[in-house]
Amino acid sequence: MTNSVEDLKEAEVIIVTGSNTTETHPVIGMWLRHLSRYKGVKLIVVDPRKIDLTEEAIMWLSPKPGHDVAWLNGMANVIISEGLYNKKFVEEQTEGFEELKKIIDKYTPEYVEQICGIPADKLREVARIYAKAKNAAILYCMGITQHSKGTDNVKAISNLALLCGHIGKPGSGVNPLRGQNNVQGACDMGGLPDVYPGYQKVHLPENKAKFEAFWNVELSDKPGLTIVEMTNAAYEGKLKAMYIMGENPMVTDPDITHVEEALKNLELLIVQDIFLTETAKLAHVVLPSASFAEKDGTFVNTERRVQLVRKAVNEPGEAKQDWKIISELSTKMGYPMNYKNAEEIFEEIRKVTPQYAGITYKRLGLKGIQWPCPDENHPGTPILHVGKIARGKGLIVPVEYRPPAESADNEYPFVLTTGRNYYHYHSSTMTRKARVLNYYCQESMVEINPEDANNLGIGDGEWVVVESRRGHVIVKAKFSDRVPKGVVFKHFHFSEAAVNKLTNTILDPVSKIPELKVSAVRIKKHVKGTTV
Amino acid sequence: MQIVIDGKNITADHGLTILEIAKKEGIHIPTLCFMEKLLPIGSCRMCVVEVEGYENPVTACNTPAVDGMVIRTNTEKIRNMRKDILRFLLINHPLDCPICDKGGECLLQDLVYEYNVDVQPYTIKAPLKEYKEYSTPAIKYHPNRCVMCSRCIRTCREVVGRNVLDIVGNGFDARVEPVNPDRCIACGECLSACPVGALTETVSPTKGRIWQIKRVPTVCAYCGVGCSLELNVLDNKIIKVTTDVNAGMNKGVLCAKGRFGYEFVNSPERLTKPLIRKGNELVETTWDEALSFVASKLTEIKNKYGSDSIAGLASARCTNEDNYLFQKFIRAVIGTNNVDHCARL
Repeated sequence: MTNSVEDLKEAEVIIVTGSNTTETHPVIGMWLRHLSRYKGVKLIVVDPRKIDLTEEAIMWLSPKPGHDVAWLNGMANVIISEGLYNKKFVEEQTEGFEELKKIIDKYTPEYVEQICGIPADKLREVARIYAKAKNAAILYCMGITQHSKGTDNVKAISNLALLCGHIGKPGSGVNPLRGQNNVQGACDMGGLPDVYPGYQKVHLPENKAKFEAFWNVELSDKPGLTIVEMTNAAYEGKLKAMYIMGENPMVTDPDITHVEEALKNLELLIVQDIFLTETAKLAHVVLPSASFAEKDGTFVNTERRVQLVRKAVNEPGEAKQDWKIISELSTKMGYPMNYKNAEEIFEEIRKVTPQYAGITYKRLGLKGIQWPCPDENHPGTPILHVGKIARGKGLIVPVEYRPPAESADNEYPFVLTTGRNYYHYHSSTMTRKARVLNYYCQESMVEINPEDANNLGIGDGEWVVVESRRGHVIVKAKFSDRVPKGVVFKHFHFSEAAVNKLTNTILDPVSKIPELKVSAVRIKKHVKGTTV
Repeated sequence: MQIVIDGKNITADHGLTILEIAKKEGIHIPTLCFMEKLLPIGSCRMCVVEVEGYENPVTACNTPAVDGMVIRTNTEKIRNMRKDILRFLLINHPLDCPICDKGGECLLQDLVYEYNVDVQPYTIKAPLKEYKEYSTPAIKYHPNRCVMCSRCIRTCREVVGRNVLDIVGNGFDARVEPVNPDRCIACGECLSACPVGALTETVSPTKGRIWQIKRVPTVCAYCGVGCSLELNVLDNKIIKVTTDVNAGMNKGVLCAKGRFGYEFVNSPERLTKPLIRKGNELVETTWDEALSFVASKLTEIKNKYGSDSIAGLASARCTNEDNYLFQKFIRAVIGTNNVDHCARL
């Protein structure tokens, strides 16, 4: 997020797109409801589904899944053609405006309506409300990014903010909501194949030299494989060993059947986890680790806030904190790691990670600190790009609309989109062991529009087969007007009806994110006892 | 703007209530139905204060201060009024503090203690109210303990935006009821708003008093909002999750997962020993054997096929410190940049 959650209260308009905020980031969802009810913030939801937040919104636009560049460019078209853009900001703080202008003419709201189904007059209205606002923020999540054109979607969003100067102020910014408790931190720490901690590129000689000196070892300057590429390499026999810490690709990755074959193909699979997950069951060695309640350390939230995690209870049995296991293994392999505690590791982190340089455990206290925090007197950075865009000039990048990899056709007439449910989390390894959460959500159902279901002769709660080009699952149908006609939704938490057997492994060429939000499927009634 | 509270001359901003100014000045005015994150309603009347020239006392929580006000917060008249309010509440409220979950951290208990309400002269026998099902099985509503402050109702409306609860009935029959039970999301915000033991949680079979438990401030392990929470620990076991309104960015607000999703920590299904594959089975082993096997096998594969034949998945669930060491291990010890995690999933 370029903003903080708190300063969203300064926004006049908030556009929420591709984020089912009340379910996936519940406390931010509550905050948005509050802002709409008590602070007069105009909430606009752009989402194929009629998510709960539409209750509070002044407008809800429902694009067809996978066509987001179209409506985002449509907004840019209105903002430019009606002269609503922030001329001073565009001139002084951005580059690339002329290039955008060249391609944007054809994205008239009428043309966009044909592609994504948003009525032209409604799109015009939203564009005007956004552009004319004093402060406006855009919030988005995986509904924008998990597409084969996810990077283009994000660029198109960023273009809107730059056109209107809605960036770098309280209540004005571009705000991706990070999914997991420490996905931000895992990225910050270089848990990515192309960067060292602090997003320092591995292929640049100066970074390699810096870390070689610091770690006293020779390093590779060749960027590594991303998660889906690893699966493919294992499948092809190029990858021989994998060490998986606290992840469950057998539920969360696209095309699970393929993942399983790939993992079974490895000579060595090490899984380090707190439960015997679907992935751990395939391992050669399983190492028992500690849960968050048994750990000291830090997590980083969606607003870049580094916060202290404190040990409350002891690990069960012989389980150990992850960093201890890694240290012991490393020492056994001839590279000694002798850290006394988590804080000592953090002290090393801040020496090599410029954004963390000024953060200490002592300073974190109960409130945490938002990075970048370059020195110990720096208060942290609640809002990014204040006064000046971080890279110098905000780069407006024209992006053209391209359709998703799969569309509904005669053979597979529905579009399946996936997401989370309020009561469960990711592969549900943790949430399914909590009674309250299970009480509310025990089985996974596919949400289908009642009209579609009637046409297929399917009743509410009846078993259906949902089938894509990659596999099938058997689940109950749940009538819901949350999904428009032609679209079905299923959450991905439960392994017994794993929706990721159906999803597409096609990747965005830049971010390498899989297109989990758009898969073509067909649906039929399931007769018990028959094979599919 | 100049005002006087208890003889102290104060310069204050316009638009603030008497209570807000008093708080800033460190002057204590008792409250019960007031919560900082809710709109003030002046319903319980514990915050009454005297204002010179006003015929009757006013409620400090929702009376804006105006220039020249002379306010007294602790006169005998005011103390007696507050004492009477507490006596009225005690007509309904049973003194079952020894068996109440909130014993030791109950606002009513504190106020009765502060005002030394040792005599209860009102003898009206209020009829006992029946227990009914609440909007979530995670919480139990004790109607006879309820002081009708409506903090639960207002939190559900103003903070959570779900409008599940309302007051039903009046007089002795009045009670809080889920009028829109289908809208309940079991976030437990009503529970945390209750100043007394009228709402208690039913999840943990083990209970602990505030002075028996250890409250450890930490961060929720579910989504990226990163709510601050406190693990309430008794005998090395989490028995409850609470929050501190002054910690983190969530201002004491949690969702169902944060508040009630902690049971996995104590689950009997947790892994407690390293496992190693023997044929088709994973069998228990020692740390030494497990790590020696991993170390020698990784070295063997690295020597035979090269560093890039090995890959690691770090974790969005683990700490920075875990992740830092993990990528350091893959890069420095294995010698490859094949490290990723589920950021894209």
